[in-house]
Amino acid sequence: MATGRTTQPPLVEIRNLKKYFPVRGGVFSRVSAWVKAVDAVSFTIQPRETFGLVGESGCGKTTVGRALLRLIEPTDGEVFFQGRDFCRFSAAQMRQARQQMQMIFQDPYSSLNPRMTVGAIIGEALKVHGLAQGAELDRQVSALLERVGLAATYRSRYPHEFSGGQRQRIGIARALALEPQFIVCDEPVSALDVSIQAQILNLLQDLQNDLGLSYLFISHDLNVVEYIADRVAVMYLGKLVEVAPVDELFRNPQHPYTLALMSANPVPDPTVRTQRTVLTGDVPSPLNPPSGCAFHTRCPQAMERCKTTPPPLVRSGQGTTEHNVWCHLYGEGATG
Amino acid sequence: MAELTQSIALEGESALPKPETPLQEAWRIFKKDRLALSGLIVLVLLVMLAAAGKVLTEWVVVFDPATVRLPDKFLPPFSPVSPALIPAAHHPLGGVYLLGTDELGRDVFARMLQGSFVSLSIGFIAVGISVTIGIILGGLSGFYGNVKLGLVSVDTLIMRFTDIMLCFPTFFLILTVVALLPPSIYNIMIVIGLTSWMATARFVRAEFLALREQDFVVAAQALGLPESRIIFRHMVPNAIAPVLVSATIGVAGAILTESGLSFLGFGVQPPYATWGNILASGRGFIFDAPWLFFIPGLAIFLVVLAFNLVGEGLREALNPRLRNR
Repeated sequence: MATGRTTQPPLVEIRNLKKYFPVRGGVFSRVSAWVKAVDAVSFTIQPRETFGLVGESGCGKTTVGRALLRLIEPTDGEVFFQGRDFCRFSAAQMRQARQQMQMIFQDPYSSLNPRMTVGAIIGEALKVHGLAQGAELDRQVSALLERVGLAATYRSRYPHEFSGGQRQRIGIARALALEPQFIVCDEPVSALDVSIQAQILNLLQDLQNDLGLSYLFISHDLNVVEYIADRVAVMYLGKLVEVAPVDELFRNPQHPYTLALMSANPVPDPTVRTQRTVLTGDVPSPLNPPSGCAFHTRCPQAMERCKTTPPPLVRSGQGTTEHNVWCHLYGEGATG
Repeated sequence: MAELTQSIALEGESALPKPETPLQEAWRIFKKDRLALSGLIVLVLLVMLAAAGKVLTEWVVVFDPATVRLPDKFLPPFSPVSPALIPAAHHPLGGVYLLGTDELGRDVFARMLQGSFVSLSIGFIAVGISVTIGIILGGLSGFYGNVKLGLVSVDTLIMRFTDIMLCFPTFFLILTVVALLPPSIYNIMIVIGLTSWMATARFVRAEFLALREQDFVVAAQALGLPESRIIFRHMVPNAIAPVLVSATIGVAGAILTESGLSFLGFGVQPPYATWGNILASGRGFIFDAPWLFFIPGLAIFLVVLAFNLVGEGLREALNPRLRNR
C-alpha cells in the first residue's frame, strides 16, 4: 500500500490546521481565553493509505478529524483534497465535496438515528443526492449491507435491535453509500469488545483493498494502530510530536512522549519485563499550554531550552523510513 | 472472513425478535398503564361525542340547546317531559331530559353536547398554536442559537423573550386581552395559544442543543444532507416526545382556562353553551338545582383528569430509559 508514495500527489493534505475554541465568561459573554484544541497541525495522506493518529484523551485527535471534514469550522489553515482547498468552498460546493469523504464514529449507539430503519439510514444520502431511487435504491442498500457482512433483510429493522458491532457495521455501510475515497475513522473500535474489534478492523482492511479507500484512523490504542496503519502521527496537546511509517515508529521511537506511550502500552505476554517510562503529573490544560515545547513539564529529558523555544522539526530517513520529530533532543546543537 | 461474518449475521437473523417500530413499542408500554389506557378511552369517547354533538345540536331539532320550555324549568335528570304543556316539536329524545333542565327549561344534555365541542376544539387548537410557536422558536434557538444578530445571539434574543412571557401572570394577561377584543371563540383559542408556548420552546431548545452534538446528526452533516432535512428528519422526531407529553397536558390546561374565562363571563358568550358558562349560570341555583352545577363541573374534571393521565402514560411510553420493560 505504501508503494509509489513519493511520486503520487497526496489525496489529503492539511497545512497549519488550527482550531481554537473560545472560552466565554462574565456578564456580556466576552471571550476571556482560547482553548487551542488543534494548533498548527500539518500532514498528508496518500491514496490507499491508512494514516494513524494517536494521542491521549483530550489531545485534539477528534477535533483534527472533524475540522478536516469541516464538521467544525477550522480557525485557520488549509485542507486540500485532491489538490483543491475546500476550506474556501461555498456551502453548495461543500455538499458536493462531502460525497468524497465520510466519517465513522466511535459510539455505535449514538451514531444511528433511533427513529429510522437501517435501510433508511443507509439509503438516505443516496436518495437526497439523487443517486438512486425506488428498486435501484433497495438494491444498492442490500448490496451495502452484504458488503459490510450483514443480511439484506436487516433493512427494515431499527438500530436498537442490533449489537454494538452490528451497529458499527451499519455506520460503515452508511459511510460507504456515497462511494467516498477518504474516510475519517474516529476511534471506530474503542467502544467494542476485543473479538469484535478484530472483525471490524479486518472489514475496514478488506474495504480498503477492494475499494481503494484512504483512512485517517484516530485511536488511542497503539496495538490497533500498529495493526492497521501505514503511517502514524503522535499528537500531544494539540500539536504533532512525531510522524513516521508504522514499522519505523515502533522500531525506533524518538520523541520522549512516544517512548512513554509505547512503554505504557500493555504487551500480551506476562513474562516480558519492560523498562517503563512513567510520566508524572497531569496533561497541562490546553487553555494555558506550557511555553516552548508543550511536553517539557512532563518530559524526563527536558532541557533548559525546551522551556523557552518551540521545538524544531527534525527530518530523517527517506521514503518508507521518512521520520519527522519535533524535539530539541535531535535538533541542531543538541548535546544528546 | 467474509463467510464468517455472513454466517454470524444469518445466525443472528433467527435470534432477533420480530421487528418492532418505535411506535409499536410505545403503544405496548402505554397499554400496560391501566389509568392511562382508561384516560385514552374516555378521550376517544369524548371526541366522538363532541363530533356527534356538533352535528346533532346544529341540525337536529330535538337536540337544539337553545329551545326554551318555561313550564319544564329546573327538572332534575331523567325527568319526563310534560306532554300537555310542551309542543311535540320541542320534546327531547325519548321524552326524557337525560341531564335535567336549567332555569329556562333548556335541555342540559343538549347544552353539554354543544359545550363539549367548544371545549375540545379550544383545547386542541390553542395547543396546536402553542406547540407550533414553541417548536419554531425553540428549534431556531437550539439550532441557530450561535448566529449573531448585531450585539446579541439568536438564542439570547429568543430565550429572553420567552423569559419575559413567562413573567406575565398568564390568566390575567388573557383576561386583559379578551376584555379588549370582541368576545369570540376564535379569539380565545388564539389568545390561549399565544400565551402558553413557553414551556414547549424551552423543551425543544434543550432537546435540540443535546441532539446537535449527537453523532447521527454529525453524520447527517457529513453526508451533505441539507439543513432542512437534518432538522425535520433527524432532530424534530427525536425531540418530539417531551413536546407531545406537555401538549397533552396543555390541552387540559387550555380547557380549564376556557372554562374559567367563560365562568367569569369573558369567554364564549351566551346563548352559545360551553361547560364554563353552564357552570356559571348554575352557580346561582346550587341548592335548588345542584345538577346544573355538578354536571359541567364533573365533565371538566373528568376530561382534565383524562388528559393528564394520558400525558403521564405517554411520558412513560416515550421515555427511552424505560425501554425494553
